[in-house]
Amino acid sequence: MNMLLKAGVAGLALVMASGFAADAKTPKDTLVMAWVFDDIISLDPAEIYEFSSSEYMANTYDRLVVQNLDKPGELKMQAADSYSVSDDGKVFTFKIRPGIKFASGNEMTAEDAEFSLERYVLLDKSPAFIMNQFGLKKETVKDMVRVKDASTLEVELDAAYAPSFFLNCLSYTSAIIDKKEAMSHEKDGDLGYDWLRTNFAGSGPFVLKAWKPNESLVLEANEGYWGGAPKIKRVLAKNVTESATQQLLLQKGDVDMARNLTGDQLKAIAGDKSVHVAAAPKATLWYMGLNTKNEYLAKPEVRQAMKYLVDYDGLANTSFKAIGIKHQTFLPEGQLGADNETPFTLDVAKAKELLAKAGVPNGFNITMDTTNKTETRLLSASIQNTLSKAGINLIIKLADNKTTLTKYRASQHDIYIGQWGSDYQDPHSNAEGYLMAPLAKRNQWQLPENEAAVLAARDEKDSTKRAAMYMTLQKQALETSPYVIMFQQVETAAVQNSVKGFVLGPTFDLNLYSSVTKE
Amino acid sequence: MLIKSRRLRGLLRTLASVLTTLFGLLLVTFVISRLLPADPVLAIVGDHATEEYVARVREELGLNKPILIQFWIYLSHVIQGDLGQSIRTSRPIAQELMNVFPATLELATLGTIIGIILGIPLGVLAAVRKDTMIDHVVRFLGLVGYSVPIFWLGLMGLLVFYAKLDWLPGPGRLDFGYEDMITPVTGLMTVDTLIAGDMDLFKNALGHLILPASLLGYFSLAYISRMTRSLMLGQLSQEYILTARVKGVSEARIIWKHAMGNILVPLITVIALSYGNLLEGSVLTETVFAWRGLGLYITDSIFGQDMPAVMGGTVVVGAIFIIINMLTDVAYRLLDPRAK
Repeated sequence: MNMLLKAGVAGLALVMASGFAADAKTPKDTLVMAWVFDDIISLDPAEIYEFSSSEYMANTYDRLVVQNLDKPGELKMQAADSYSVSDDGKVFTFKIRPGIKFASGNEMTAEDAEFSLERYVLLDKSPAFIMNQFGLKKETVKDMVRVKDASTLEVELDAAYAPSFFLNCLSYTSAIIDKKEAMSHEKDGDLGYDWLRTNFAGSGPFVLKAWKPNESLVLEANEGYWGGAPKIKRVLAKNVTESATQQLLLQKGDVDMARNLTGDQLKAIAGDKSVHVAAAPKATLWYMGLNTKNEYLAKPEVRQAMKYLVDYDGLANTSFKAIGIKHQTFLPEGQLGADNETPFTLDVAKAKELLAKAGVPNGFNITMDTTNKTETRLLSASIQNTLSKAGINLIIKLADNKTTLTKYRASQHDIYIGQWGSDYQDPHSNAEGYLMAPLAKRNQWQLPENEAAVLAARDEKDSTKRAAMYMTLQKQALETSPYVIMFQQVETAAVQNSVKGFVLGPTFDLNLYSSVTKE
Repeated sequence: MLIKSRRLRGLLRTLASVLTTLFGLLLVTFVISRLLPADPVLAIVGDHATEEYVARVREELGLNKPILIQFWIYLSHVIQGDLGQSIRTSRPIAQELMNVFPATLELATLGTIIGIILGIPLGVLAAVRKDTMIDHVVRFLGLVGYSVPIFWLGLMGLLVFYAKLDWLPGPGRLDFGYEDMITPVTGLMTVDTLIAGDMDLFKNALGHLILPASLLGYFSLAYISRMTRSLMLGQLSQEYILTARVKGVSEARIIWKHAMGNILVPLITVIALSYGNLLEGSVLTETVFAWRGLGLYITDSIFGQDMPAVMGGTVVVGAIFIIINMLTDVAYRLLDPRAK
């Protein structure tokens, strides 16, 4: 028995000595990421609407136009070579860039572009509403999006909008799908949807090699990419939900990048000389929605008082240091017309004055619906503390994200705290959300004058004037709106120093791998 | 003839009880899932979706029908062997379960083996040396196993054996670069690498298994050793043991043959329960070790409001317990002369 035990231990020691741990370094030609991408529900561009799937789409499909990362607020051509607008502002003509080939080998033509744009509307999934805004509806889209010749596509809108508005929207919803490939998998007239939600038919710098939902995503370089082949051969993303595990993997060199470290973990790795942190402000804001249905929150002075009862600077220097920047207007930094002024600070005296004016000098009791996300919990706790200084007793109601949202969407909250991200990189997205619907509706603050002003800004053709109109709207909202906007989200990625060229853009559909190199 | 029909009746009775159990399990899970205050449609459409889109998806999913009708539709599909499609990944749930279950099976089986190999001798030792230092150490080990959060222990294990000492590989079932080199046959990574005939990969898979399996093994050990100790103590004070000692039977024979023979049946229940618990999937271990198993799958599905996936997972968990119960029954019959 003893001999057996000894032999066993010796054997185990031998295996251990020869090492279970393979070479810890990642392959030179592969970018390995630890990332949480369990929000991906579909790989079909006409359905893609989540953060992670948008990033996938950006790296595997070409879009007609995309945001210009060098010049924020401007666009650049991608699958389109050029475009023109008719004199009445209603017809856009796109010339397709010659020589683009899909992964299947098929050449991209205007017919593919027509098919792809129509699909957004015909399939009617989450992003369809972006196209619907321009009168591109199920009944009309086939007439309004048309092929003029093999390389020319025409899109007719139902009215004249600001060209920047339409093109900004299109920069999200114009991923071009290989029509022949998709239609060869069509079932019951689904335009290849059932197949494409787990497969690929694009022309981007990377092609899909494998996707295991919630587990791994593998992309391979498209060697024949018209914009030049990517410098790395493969991108391997692993879904690692536990951020402490991501940190370990990064520090051991088993991954090149950890995408979801917490503020504390980023602080902890700050001393590590082999790793740096990439950061980019995203078009997502942390805010409180104050329901004006509530008798106290109906009073404008109370709403203003709330804006003076948040410790913006304290939070910005502690819990939100690595993950957010102080921001108080409804347009995130980086969008046309964004106003970055931050007039509110924690000012209890001023808040008490406003509360007295509103007839509630001694404060009141109120509830706040909070999700169990770490950041929202930290925010809620801090706000509970600062509100109490002015006599407001905040009762926090903690629940999971979807329960809180269900309540918020039904307008059953007093105060909601959470995040709102722009649907597309145009100021109209947030102007509409905060001033018309759905946020204005959820917080019972739908005013006809706001609607008129938002629509006027949407349709203004002169970009300078348009930006000025949004500036005015933001200033007004600071004074009267039921939103306490606090921080703009900063996306971070902790990256090995050997990895260069990873682009974290202002939106998730602008996080790009094609210029990544590894030393 | 009589025996045959009695056996048949027994079999039918078992089958009826199995089906009733599964039906009850499904009904309760289904009703609870529908009573949650969160709207399952939001899992698919997100926060920004328009009211019309939400309404359309609700109708597509059949969520606007009365709850019992919804249950009936679901049940009729299950009876035909169709567990449905996952709301979040659009894939057949049966296929997803087939991907995640082997990962858990591999982990739980090794964990239980570790638990048995170490837990039983430790329990016996503690019972024989009651109230000595050894007993205290074993009981303390058991107590720690019961009370220390597995999440913390997992992270510490990774920190020490992976990050600091570099003895073992990190999270995942294989090193990240190797993942696509293995075509799943059984889904058990150690077996599949052997089938592929790649010893390096086998070693890698085994290495990845050691830490999480030891962790689960430790918890299984804590339970098994404690139960072994108390069962053994119960036997050692019996008169037949005293008689054997008086007759001069060796102590080893008394313990391992006489006493062990009598505690084997209850011990098997203990082991089966512990194995069943591990097979349900240990969510926290699977989270820390990025181990895509059944526990993580069900938990993700719950948080993602993917109710068809939760129901599918429930069916599997129910089936696991039924199978383990049946196996335990068989083991009883083999070991207990009275049951023959």
